[in-house]
Amino acid sequence: MSNIIRTEALSFTYPASGDRLSLPVFEQVNLEIEAGSFTAVIGPNGCGKSTLAKQFNGVLLPSGGTVWIEGMDTSDEALLLEIRRTVGMVFQNPDNQIVANVVEEDVAFAPENLGIPSAEIRQRVDEALKTVGMYDYREHAPHLLSGGQKQRIAIAGVLAMRPKCIVLDEPTAMLDPQGRKEVIATISRLNKEQGMTVVLITHHMSEAVNADRVLVMHRGGILLDGTPREVFAQVETLRSAGLDVPQTVELAFRLNQNGWSLPLDALTVEECAEAIAKALEIEN
Amino acid sequence: MLKDITLGQFFPGKSLIHRLDPRAKLLILLAYFVALFLAKSYISYGLMVLFLAAATMIARIPFKSMTRGLKPMLIFIILTAVLNLLYTKGGRLLLSWKFIHIYTEGIKSAVFMALRIILLICGSFLLTYTTSPIALTDALERLLSPLKFIKVPVHELAMMMCIALRFIPTLIEETDKIMSAQKARGANFETGSLLKRAKALIPILVPLFVSAFRRADELATAMECRCYHGGEGRTRMKVLRFTWLDLGAFAVAGLLLAAVIVLRHFGL
Repeated sequence: MSNIIRTEALSFTYPASGDRLSLPVFEQVNLEIEAGSFTAVIGPNGCGKSTLAKQFNGVLLPSGGTVWIEGMDTSDEALLLEIRRTVGMVFQNPDNQIVANVVEEDVAFAPENLGIPSAEIRQRVDEALKTVGMYDYREHAPHLLSGGQKQRIAIAGVLAMRPKCIVLDEPTAMLDPQGRKEVIATISRLNKEQGMTVVLITHHMSEAVNADRVLVMHRGGILLDGTPREVFAQVETLRSAGLDVPQTVELAFRLNQNGWSLPLDALTVEECAEAIAKALEIEN
Repeated sequence: MLKDITLGQFFPGKSLIHRLDPRAKLLILLAYFVALFLAKSYISYGLMVLFLAAATMIARIPFKSMTRGLKPMLIFIILTAVLNLLYTKGGRLLLSWKFIHIYTEGIKSAVFMALRIILLICGSFLLTYTTSPIALTDALERLLSPLKFIKVPVHELAMMMCIALRFIPTLIEETDKIMSAQKARGANFETGSLLKRAKALIPILVPLFVSAFRRADELATAMECRCYHGGEGRTRMKVLRFTWLDLGAFAVAGLLLAAVIVLRHFGL
């Protein structure tokens, strides 16, 4: 499998402003994201996960090291458009990324910028709206939709570029549980059915469970990297970084502290229940 | 409360007027304004009223929505009419009382002035009622595009208008929220002298501006991520095309303008 995103010795420091000293956000990050994979990036507030995401399509440029997107260096200004249409980005607040006051016009914004012929834009817009399940709302005004619907419109707006990778920076942080469910289902479907590479930045552990790979960032570095099972089993490391673990793992961990010996890699409620049932059987 | 504010309200529909190219509608409105300022007689004003009434009927816009839009302008219209009534001299003297002298010409010019303002407003309303804001900005961009050659940033202006329209409801909602938050902390917007009430607005405006700037910053990043790089090389999903319908509308509007000019030539 080829890598779609590769960083080499990536460092980043925000430019100093006034008398405030600027510390590096992260240093020497080496990272590879495989094409077609679903990676979740978690970490406490201020650990640099959003800043890292912004490196992936040249919104921010590295202060040291290099970021390659399909072999394209993000610091090469001539490649910027090509990089941005390869890696699409969705942000936290859906209100602040919708440009037009009609849904379909907004989804058409990116392909219009790319200079795509009208007939093909129409086709892409319809396709993108159907993918996120918002086709019936194409003539609505975005401000009358719910948060989850707006965020799906924002995703459609990125999909209309036909990117190979989509980076989502806490897309569910401002949504209610229903909206969160809709958005996460849409993202998983994109990854499973269309083979879209997904990088999901989140601080909801339950959202990271569905990923192929979980990256835990802490203090400007990558603390843990592995499958959700491997990562969430490290309860103590995660706790020391100020992070929660999924409830099922938490339960198993606490039971183990009381003398049980449960595996820590049960990520769904069913798995957890089975593991506890098995442990009970052995005991009897 | 603030949500009821609507700017350039649009009534979606499928009438002939709705289906006209927005550029055609804008140009026709312009021609209509020119004709309004050229009209000098009861006959030409009659024609103007007839034209607008017919267009409103074809667009199936209820006359009530037209008159409702006029209400805020009523004082202005009455004031203009009264001033014209009092200060125009000519024709027969109808009434003379102390310093008030009313002539026949005065009545005529008062009626015409009031009609002119009413028709100007109703004409613009008909345009915004039947054309979506996005189509309107699009039409403006196209019509003004020759100005690019003298370095007028036409695309940027149209983009700004489009974004402003998009954010009006968002910012109104935000203002509502901030007002509630400040009220919850004991702010008082309803009583006190004018100066006091104006001062009470500061705690609303400051957070509103801060948040507007933050939104602008995020929107700019999101637009960049979606490959926005100015108007150059940009295509549109919906391409505006003139049809036979527009040609017909142009012909009718042209006839009206011609009729008004001819009538004016004969002193009517």
